Amino acid sequence: MAAPRTSLRLVAAIWSGSTRGIHGLGGAAAPEGSQKKGKTLLQFLSDHFYDVEFLREYLLQRQMLKVHQENRFQNKEWIRPDERGRFPLEFSEFPGVPVEAVDASGCAINYDGLDNVLLLKELRSLSLRRCPNVDDWCLSHLHPLANSLQELSLAGCPHVSERGLACLHHLQNLRRLDISDLPAVSNPGLTRILVEEMLPNCEVVGADWAQGLNSEPEEQPQDRASPVHV
Amino acid sequence: DRTAGRWRRDWDGKVSEIKKKIQSILPGGAWNPLYDTSHLPPEHSDVVIVGGGVLGLSVAYWLKKLEKRRGAIRVLVVERDHTYSQASTVLSIGGIHQQFSVPENIQLSLFSASFLRNINEYLAVVDAPPLDLQFNPLGYLLLASEKGAATMESNVRVQRQEGAKVCLMSPEQLRNKFPWINTEGVALASYGMENEGWFDPWCLLQGLRRKVQSMGVLFCQGEVTRFVSSSNHMKTTSGTEVTLKRIYEVHVKMDHSLEYQPVECAIVINAAGAWSGQVAELAGIGKGPPGTLQGTRLPVEPRKRYVYLWHCPQGPGLEAPLVTDISGAYFRREGLGNNYLGGLSPEEEPDPGNLEVDYGFFQDKVWPPLAQRVPAFETLKVRSAWAGYNDYNTFDQNGVVGPHPLVVNMYFAAGFSGHGLQQAPGVGRAVAEMVLEGHFQTIDLSPFLFSRFYLGEKIQEQVII
Repeated sequence: MAAPRTSLRLVAAIWSGSTRGIHGLGGAAAPEGSQKKGKTLLQFLSDHFYDVEFLREYLLQRQMLKVHQENRFQNKEWIRPDERGRFPLEFSEFPGVPVEAVDASGCAINYDGLDNVLLLKELRSLSLRRCPNVDDWCLSHLHPLANSLQELSLAGCPHVSERGLACLHHLQNLRRLDISDLPAVSNPGLTRILVEEMLPNCEVVGADWAQGLNSEPEEQPQDRASPVHV
Repeated sequence: DRTAGRWRRDWDGKVSEIKKKIQSILPGGAWNPLYDTSHLPPEHSDVVIVGGGVLGLSVAYWLKKLEKRRGAIRVLVVERDHTYSQASTVLSIGGIHQQFSVPENIQLSLFSASFLRNINEYLAVVDAPPLDLQFNPLGYLLLASEKGAATMESNVRVQRQEGAKVCLMSPEQLRNKFPWINTEGVALASYGMENEGWFDPWCLLQGLRRKVQSMGVLFCQGEVTRFVSSSNHMKTTSGTEVTLKRIYEVHVKMDHSLEYQPVECAIVINAAGAWSGQVAELAGIGKGPPGTLQGTRLPVEPRKRYVYLWHCPQGPGLEAPLVTDISGAYFRREGLGNNYLGGLSPEEEPDPGNLEVDYGFFQDKVWPPLAQRVPAFETLKVRSAWAGYNDYNTFDQNGVVGPHPLVVNMYFAAGFSGHGLQQAPGVGRAVAEMVLEGHFQTIDLSPFLFSRFYLGEKIQEQVII
């Protein structure tokens, strides 16, 4: 079970990593260490050889054909649907065990669908990466999870803008927020700074605050030292 | 013989007239039967909507959406100014909230929120790009002093009963959540968690316009100058004489000319915003002895309101909601660059004759309470300002919806006194239901009918001091 899982995450990381050109995304999903080198090599190869790129896309297509929804219960491992999208029978044995993490990446979940996720009062981690229907309204709908949610990932959602990110301030227990690769955000660097100020206890991953700045690498630490003060 | 002589004299005069006419018909003459009438409205229309702002377009949209057969109703929207330079819709700050005390207002606002959320399903036009309303779901924060705390609590109870997601906050919680607020004098605050915020009203207007044009509604740029109606004298059950009027023709005058087109119509919808009172007068509403139903005017008049835009480098952060202070001053963030919008309802009403901005009003009346509430606003710089009209209902500051009891085919959708934009989708649907079915179906707006002005039944919002 472990090997397919890492390769799955690896493929996902490369796909979102190279098509948009964001560095640092790999850290969120893929295991560190030896895999990172492999990732860069594969990325390098896929940039330069059409065959490798095609192979990568093909593997991704095969993976995307499955319903990609995963859940993790407290103290248990992830439960995934099988190839035909059916969940294993173990599901029915867990009515009383709270759901801790939901991975809805790539799902067409929308505002009304999130109502079901909001019922999970002990949810700690929610991943909504690349969900095409998640927009600012959906983010404002997440406030009932304020007590428990610690990790939220919105990487690659095409309709999330800085206005939706602003209403994440309700989630005071958030410790890790991934806002990489949001095409609808007008000013990723400034947005990241403002979100960091809004959620002081949270580690905001993703949008590089130096994005869009044409300065030398030496000047960047200086910019970091004087963010807009509230 | 005498008659024969007279006929011969008249005939001479007539011959010269006939000669003149024949000369004008011949090529080169002045008479031209085939001239361009494309700017004129059609000669017949089932429904004429006076006013092309968000309320008028919303009524047009729902009329076409709820009609039983496609193309069953011909709708004409008459708008005086296609640039919308003075229309309240586009000069509004675009806020939407559910923090009212009248349940119908809360229901209208909730429906509008769900309409805006699914706007690309409602207003989808083939091959047109989807609308981006730029909605900011940050909510409204209303502050109350000791005096107003009880009112606020009962209001929030009503709001939660209707399904709005509003929570109450104590000054301590306020300080924790929004450290930039000075909670001196604040006893309680109500904060909308969802379905509240602000959006771009111009985008909504354009989206409605585009969709409504695709549904077959005709637009005309012109001004309604006259209603021609037929009267019917009847007796009520108690024996009093009543004159019921029915408008059968609307005269639409073109811009900068005396040319007008009489449009034969069955129903007229008064959605003229700040000028609804004038349009109602044209229809004869309010012309009668005071104290009677004929003498009851539509109490809607234009009131000027200012909105100021300022820059404050140390101001509230990204999470700032639209804050309404106890004094009535409000502000919200605009964009990412520490710009803020705000204003205050003046006690002394400025002259609504023009849309000039009084910057002195900001210095004297708006800035002090804001600076007291948010100390960071001590240092700010006003960047710009604008003024807009509020279609103010002097009776109870809530909208008028539904038919007039005497002018039986004029329906109102006006007088919302500053919250017309956020209630427009719901009101449009209610008026369309009234026109098509004869009664309200989804949201019952019977307390908003015109007859309340005659009967003296005010539906007033419990204002929080």
